[in-house]
Amino acid sequence: MKILAKLLGTSFLLLPLVGFAAGAGVPLDRAPVNLNDNASLQRGAKVFVNYCLNCHQASMMRYSRLSDLGLTEQQIKDNLMLATDKIGDTMTTSLSAKDAKAWFGGVPPDLSVIARSRGADWLYTFLRSYYRDDKSPTGWNNRAFAAVGMPHVLHELQGTQQWQQAGEKKGHDGKMEPVMKLVLTQPGAMKSADYDLLVGDLVNYLVFMGEPAAAKRTQMGVLVLFFLSVLLVVAMVLKREYWKDVS
Amino acid sequence: MSSVTKSDNSLPGGILGKAITWVDDRFPLVENWKAHLSEYYAPKNFNFWYYFGALSMLVLVLQIVTGIFLTMNYKPDAALAFASVEYIMRDVPWGWLIRYMHSTGASMFFIVVYLHMFRGLMYGSYRKPRELIWIFGCLIYLCLMAEAFFGYLLPWGQMSYWGAQVIINLFATVPIIGEDLAVWIRGDYNVGDATLNRFFAFHVIALPLVLLGLVAAHILALHEVGSNNPDGVEIKKNLDPKTGTPLDGIPFHPYYTVKDLVGAVVFLMIFTVIVFFMPEMGGYFLEYNNFIPADPLKTPDHIAPVWYFTPFYAMLRAVPSFFGSQFWGVAVMGGATMILFALPWLDRGKVKSVRYRGPIYKAWLAAFVVSFLVLGYLGVVPTTVWGQLPKGMPLVGGADVAIWVARVLTVVYFLFFLLMPWYTKNDKELPEPERVTS
Repeated sequence: MKILAKLLGTSFLLLPLVGFAAGAGVPLDRAPVNLNDNASLQRGAKVFVNYCLNCHQASMMRYSRLSDLGLTEQQIKDNLMLATDKIGDTMTTSLSAKDAKAWFGGVPPDLSVIARSRGADWLYTFLRSYYRDDKSPTGWNNRAFAAVGMPHVLHELQGTQQWQQAGEKKGHDGKMEPVMKLVLTQPGAMKSADYDLLVGDLVNYLVFMGEPAAAKRTQMGVLVLFFLSVLLVVAMVLKREYWKDVS
Repeated sequence: MSSVTKSDNSLPGGILGKAITWVDDRFPLVENWKAHLSEYYAPKNFNFWYYFGALSMLVLVLQIVTGIFLTMNYKPDAALAFASVEYIMRDVPWGWLIRYMHSTGASMFFIVVYLHMFRGLMYGSYRKPRELIWIFGCLIYLCLMAEAFFGYLLPWGQMSYWGAQVIINLFATVPIIGEDLAVWIRGDYNVGDATLNRFFAFHVIALPLVLLGLVAAHILALHEVGSNNPDGVEIKKNLDPKTGTPLDGIPFHPYYTVKDLVGAVVFLMIFTVIVFFMPEMGGYFLEYNNFIPADPLKTPDHIAPVWYFTPFYAMLRAVPSFFGSQFWGVAVMGGATMILFALPWLDRGKVKSVRYRGPIYKAWLAAFVVSFLVLGYLGVVPTTVWGQLPKGMPLVGGADVAIWVARVLTVVYFLFFLLMPWYTKNDKELPEPERVTS
């Protein structure tokens, strides 16, 4: 790693590593991803356009592609298109980069392929790991993403969590150590289990948006493998026939 | 090769025969067909390891064809490149398939080429009179590494960007001219739009042309001297007195064309499983960080090269800096590829194939393979992976275990080549048979 650091040139290392602090060591919860569950994907899309799309954009995703979720063009226009009236438009936001920098300290990342870089489990954990932190500028911090710039947008739904001690346990050296836990101190509009379902739908949608062709890809794969299996039999018979006379 | 007469009775009659004759009067069509396919005699005892040459050609064709279609929608512009790849993945009909075939093809190319090279190593295919085939092959391998490196920048993700930054900075370690050399390669003081443009030009035009030329030379040289085989026996020594063709040889077409067809279909099935069901291959074929657009202001925590470069990367990390310069590591890494060229002249064994080699050679070959694979693994993981040596140990106490393992294995890698003249000469070899075995 040392060599690498030197090779990178010291000038780059002086720059802050914002954005990549992925909260090393946080155990990730398994996201309930199912790309064939259109109802879940539709609910996720709704959460996405209502809560995420105000600040984040998904500039590589077209509204029209939501038809893959079993929606008609009219349904997409009526329910999911809040920022534009052209179905072929991509999911952009009206938040300018300048404003974003002033308000949040940075431009919110484009979410088109966020599920592919972060992974579904990380997103699922992240969106459920916000807690109150009076030291942070927004009043929020996150167990999966230390010093996160984004406030807890879904807090009306989830409520307020605190990062606090919940009992003690024996450590490796025999001493008692405090066990820290996220504790819901002020309930939100949703029950905890319902909030998890909502975040699950949202993450499911983010995974779909990361690669809209994924469902079709696996379907095609089965057909291609079937074709190649038939071709393999033909090729093997052909080979055996030709090689009969090789002693 | 047997002489070709224009009035060949093997030609089909009728209009097709006439057409072939017409072409043949102007271009050596039948002559080449015979020289390289229907009357190119290959040993009849090719085994599993002999599929990978043909498969390399198959992947080369796949890469060229998918590459052509990718360039139709890809934009070599720092501001547009990342989004244009996603455009291909979403809006271009079947674009995702073409892109995944190309990204999977890159890794599969190295897999089949590594297996092909190992075959050559095992059966002594680099030995006289096949030295030039080996040299052309080594050049193809170098070309392929350059092609992969240039291509990896094009998606303009974080790993593309910082990977290129690291590799180009390797050149900056060259004494005296290093810094200027790096600027000359980048066309800028940082990896930027100029770098992307020139890498695109190298990736889609310059290197494919060189690659195709080298592949042609590789095959022409092979067909001049004839193929080796798992026994290392020269089949041209035993000719049929009547026909003058090798007794142990069979025409490449149709025998090996139909056999390679089976190999190609099996290969394509594996290829299909990856492309359609696991195109990222757990982050090894497509790295997760490369789905974040390139950002010159944010250095990723962990920069690892793609898996096919990791044995050499592990060597680079294993070499300590001397006199305040990292150049030694770079020199070792370069030396590890360059030493391959010397192989035909390092081997003093009387037999070619591992089947008849003595125990010392076999042990060294095994050590070489193990060192290459373990170095490959160590190049993927952080150097702290195996913890530290006990503090009390003299000299090496407290150092990373993985670094020292990599150092030892780097030495093993080089000794395999450097000691070869001695251990191949003094080994207890078995007598080579007169004719090929089955």
